[in-house]
This record gives sequence, structure tokens and C-alpha cells, in this order.
Amino acid sequence: MAREVISSGNDLAAQAAVDSGCMFFGGYPITPSSEVMHTISDLLPKVGGACIQMEDEIGGICAAIGASMSGVRAMTATSGPGMSLKAENLGLAQMAEVPLVVVDVMRGGPSTGLPTRVSQGDVAQAKNPSHGDYKSITVCAGNLEECYTETVRAFNLADRFMQPVIVLLDETIGHMHGKAILPDLEEVQAGIKPRKTFDGPAEEYRPYGVAQDEPAVLNPMFKGYRYHFTGLHHDAMGFPTEEIETCRKLIDRLFRKVDEHRDELEYNEEYMLDDADILLVGYGSASLAIKEAIHRLREEGIKAGMFRPITIWPSPEERLYELGQKFDKILSVELNQGQYLEEIQRAMGRKDIQKLTKTNGRPFSPQDIIDKVKEVF
Amino acid sequence: MAFNYDNYLRMEKMPTLWCWGCGDGVILKSFIRAIDKLGISKDDVCVVSGIGCSGRFSSYVDFNTVHTTHGRTVAYATGIKLANPDKHVICVAGDGDALAIGGNHTIHGCRRNIDITLIVINNFIYGLTNSQTSPTTPRGYWSVTMKQGNIDPTFDGCKLAEASGASFVAREKVTEPKKMEKIITAALQHRGFAYVELLSNCHINLGRKNKMASAIENLDWIDEITVSKKKYDAMSEEERMNLLPTGILKQDKEAEEYCDMYEALKEVYQGKREKITPADFKKVI
Repeated sequence: MAREVISSGNDLAAQAAVDSGCMFFGGYPITPSSEVMHTISDLLPKVGGACIQMEDEIGGICAAIGASMSGVRAMTATSGPGMSLKAENLGLAQMAEVPLVVVDVMRGGPSTGLPTRVSQGDVAQAKNPSHGDYKSITVCAGNLEECYTETVRAFNLADRFMQPVIVLLDETIGHMHGKAILPDLEEVQAGIKPRKTFDGPAEEYRPYGVAQDEPAVLNPMFKGYRYHFTGLHHDAMGFPTEEIETCRKLIDRLFRKVDEHRDELEYNEEYMLDDADILLVGYGSASLAIKEAIHRLREEGIKAGMFRPITIWPSPEERLYELGQKFDKILSVELNQGQYLEEIQRAMGRKDIQKLTKTNGRPFSPQDIIDKVKEVF
Repeated sequence: MAFNYDNYLRMEKMPTLWCWGCGDGVILKSFIRAIDKLGISKDDVCVVSGIGCSGRFSSYVDFNTVHTTHGRTVAYATGIKLANPDKHVICVAGDGDALAIGGNHTIHGCRRNIDITLIVINNFIYGLTNSQTSPTTPRGYWSVTMKQGNIDPTFDGCKLAEASGASFVAREKVTEPKKMEKIITAALQHRGFAYVELLSNCHINLGRKNKMASAIENLDWIDEITVSKKKYDAMSEEERMNLLPTGILKQDKEAEEYCDMYEALKEVYQGKREKITPADFKKVI
């Protein structure tokens, strides 16, 4: 049975993790994400898991990656400054193909920025937080329910693609408190898709010796399958190598395992688009103001609709292209200086997209959007 | 009969990448003998290493192995251990790894007294990357970043570990392989954070520019700067200057171990015991 709860975005992310079978959280307190750790520190020991407050942001993600390497579902949570600190080890998790869910509750930046105020300033960072070549998977919750459902989906995607999945919340949604309808717990648990394992003889096990469009198959530790994790380029057993073809194929595979399965990743919302003349593109908490603006504009006879990517990386580039062909009037709305706008322009192959941006730490009001629509169209 | 190391080594990775005459191989062998002596199953061991010459340690041994980012061994190991409290988790790091870039994790691993053995291979230099100053490079010595003589003060990792709360602290040197084996064995048997500093030679990247270009000269120098804890304790402050004590420097078998305490916390949440109060601890502040 669906569950009706009164909760906050951050609390729902923590609840979703535990409902998804997460057994480990490593983190460091940072506004506005701390409530994720506050809540999960109560939930995990109840179910036999563990939550540890590490000595710094780096320690938080390292402990979580370590736990995940050993075979358990693991999570960390942070905000922009913490993402910057975690970046190197996100790279290791990409390279060694270690699943992990990273909740980033975005606040104003750069640097210490506006710690208690909203922004969507980590969107570009989420695409390539660490150096080197790899494909990020990032989802972005647009309402309270999605703080739960997107965290659940992130755990399944992390285990499917064997890499970190970033869940972007923002301060508005993380701290939003209200009613949410959550899916049935048994349904959530039945939907858990744990990472693949190899159960043949250990001498035949090749954790990284997989098809060129597939992720590594990493068995849990301590079960008789002894192999190696490293951030170095590595061979089929995980051992460091500089062999030319092996190195080329490894990075090629890190891309192809994501690119060739985009259908499993893409997830968008299209809101009142069918009869719309104006396309508004937004995500996260901005979409709440966009929806209200659409209603008010339609009362005035202005037909606007919204496209909202929920999986933002990789971007829904084909759908964006189609929408770019269909709509003449397009406005991108985001709480940064246009970080996703660049992706929209690239995908649509158009430079004439209007933009509404805000970087003063305040959320959009529907009126901001209504005024902009009337100004530019 | 000579000890057969093959069962514990990934023979296809041999020979190691370590330079001819490097002490790290002596440490590797002492470590394997200690594991063997304790009869620990290879499946129950996880070896976590960092970056540097010591970082390669994990790829040579046939356990569950992790080669992490620079300095983060203890942080990764903390996650592995807390999720698997009944397994042996062993970190192998260098002096730069454990005391410079990873210093914070070393301190807090010691503070938590989590049941991890941290082996710090101290060769007094960044060896792999060609002789940059490390936190243990002697003052006045040549390094590639201090060519006119190193001015950076050193620090004593064992004192740091002791002050930070590690319940087992020891130092030994590669010229005493039997003693190293004994100390690693004791560290693995100890429940709590064990900091084990093993002094090794780097005649290539420390020695050549500091008048000890052969392994023997470098090893002689290590012998000159070390003295057993028993002798050290009997010395005056003045006599102790520029000497490092070897042996088990601290062992507290009573200190609460972190995973054990976390189990108690789980019991609280599962209604099996009262909540944790200051009365549960010997040392509160």
C-alpha cells in the first residue's frame, strides 16, 4: 500500500536508502545536507547497518566506497564544497567501477557561497566531478516524492552500471517539509536489483573481463574470489597495467556501458506540452515554480508547457533535439548562470534559447517566470 | 625447511617493481609469515594500500586487495572494517601517504581505535616519485625539493599514533625481519587500532644523494638511528636525541574497540540494551 507521510526531502532520501537495502553510510556534516546523516544514523543501526561520521568529506566518501567494495550498498551525502573534496575518490569509484549513491543537496556557490540558501550550481560539476574520462550518471529530484523514488532508483542504477550515481537535491527540496505519497514498501523491496555476481569457479572469474558495453562484475569480498581494486588502468583481474590496447578498451568500455544503455537511464517529465506554444525547460525545485507559472499563464491564454529531465546526466539529448525542432519559443529556467542551458543548446543545435537564471540564493517565484515569458516572447 | 611464500603471493606479478635491494620485499615476507603463523584464511584478509612504492604491496599478495587514492587507506579500510567487523583489515602505507596527505585519516583511525592494522613503511623520502621531502626526511638531508638541505622539521609517527589514541603502537626495521614478523603478528592479534612503523631503506632515492648509495650503507644508517625501547627508556633526554625506539611502544588491551562499540549501539537501537552513557567508558573526555 502506498504510504502517506509528512517528511522532508533530506529525510526521505535517508529513508529511501534504507528501504533500498543500503547498509552503510559514511559522511561528514555539511549544510544543507546534514539531515540525511542525522536521519540515517538512526535508521541504519536498527537494520544492522552502520553509519559513521568521518573526519572529513574525503573520509566520508572513502569509507562508503570501501564498504561498497566489500559488497554492501553504500551512500554518502554532501553539498557543493563537499562534492569538490570528494571529487578524486568519485573518480576512483568510476575507474574501479564501485557502485555508490552520492546525495548532493545544492547550496549557493562558488566556494562557501550561501550555505543555507538554494542553488542548482552543481549541475555542471556533477557531469565531470573528477579528472579524466568517464560517464557520470546523475538524477535530479523535482519534488518531495522524488527525493524518495529517485534515491531508490539511484541505488538500482549504481548496481546496474557499477559506478557512482549522484542524486541532486537542492536546498529548497532538501529542506521542504510536507506530505508525500511513497510507494509501497514491499514494492520498493521487490524492485531492488542487486549487482551481478559471478558464481562459477574462482579461477575462471574475471571481474573486469566483460563485454565492451557492460560494467564490471564485482563479487563481494571475503567469499573466495580474490581480486584487486585500483584507480590505475587495470586488466581483467583488476591488476595495474599500461598495456596499450587494455588501456584503450577500459576507457572505451566506461563510456559504452552507459552510452549503449541510455534507454535504461532516460527519465523525463513532460508537463502540458501537447498543446503548448512555449517550451519551458527546468529541473529540480525550479520545476515547481515553472508548473505554477504554466497554470497562471494558461489562465491568461498563454500556452506554455514544461520539459523536465529527471536523469540529467547523461542528458536526454535526442528528446531535447526533437523538442528543439518542434518549438520555436524555448526558455531555460535554472538556479545558476545557465549550466544546463549549454547542454540544451548542444542537444538542440540551437543558440536562440532564452534563459532565466538566478544566483542570489533565492528560489524562483512563479511570477519571475511569468514576467520573463512575457518579456521575451 | 625454508618457508614457502608462493601460496600467499600473486606469482604472476613477480618480480616486484621495487628496486634491487629495497627493504619493502623484506617487509612483504615478514608480513606473509605473520599471517601464516596465525593461520588466517586468505579469504578473511583485506589489504588496503595507498600511493607510492608501498602502494604496490596490495597487488602482490593473494588476499582481497584494494589500491586506493593517495593517503586514504585508513578511510577506505574504515568502511570495509565497519561493514565486515569479523574480518582482518590491514593498511599498508608509506610515510608520505600516512603522515602527510593522509595524516588526518591516520589520526582519526587511531582516535576511534578501530580494529585495523596500519603498517607504515617509513623510508624517510618520497621514493617512487624521485626524492621529494616527506614528513620524516631528516633535516639537513638532500631532497629534490630541498637541494640545499632539508629545513622541514620531521615528526615521529609513533608518537602521533600514541597521542591520537591507537591502542597498539610499534616500530621495527627491515634489518630485523624476525622481529618485524613478531611485531606484525602481535599487531594482527591485537583488537584495536595497531600502528606499526617499519623503517625501510631507499638507497636509490634517499641514499644516493646522502652518502649511503648502497643498500648496506642505508641499512647501516637505519641501525645507527634506532635503539630498542628497553635501552631507549634507560637513556637520558640528551642521549635519546636523534634516536628512534624500536619494539612495541604501547599496548592497551582494555581500550574500547570501535566496531565493538558500534555493535553495542546497534543493540540499543534494536532494544537489546539501554542507551550508551559515560558509564560505559573508562575514558570519557
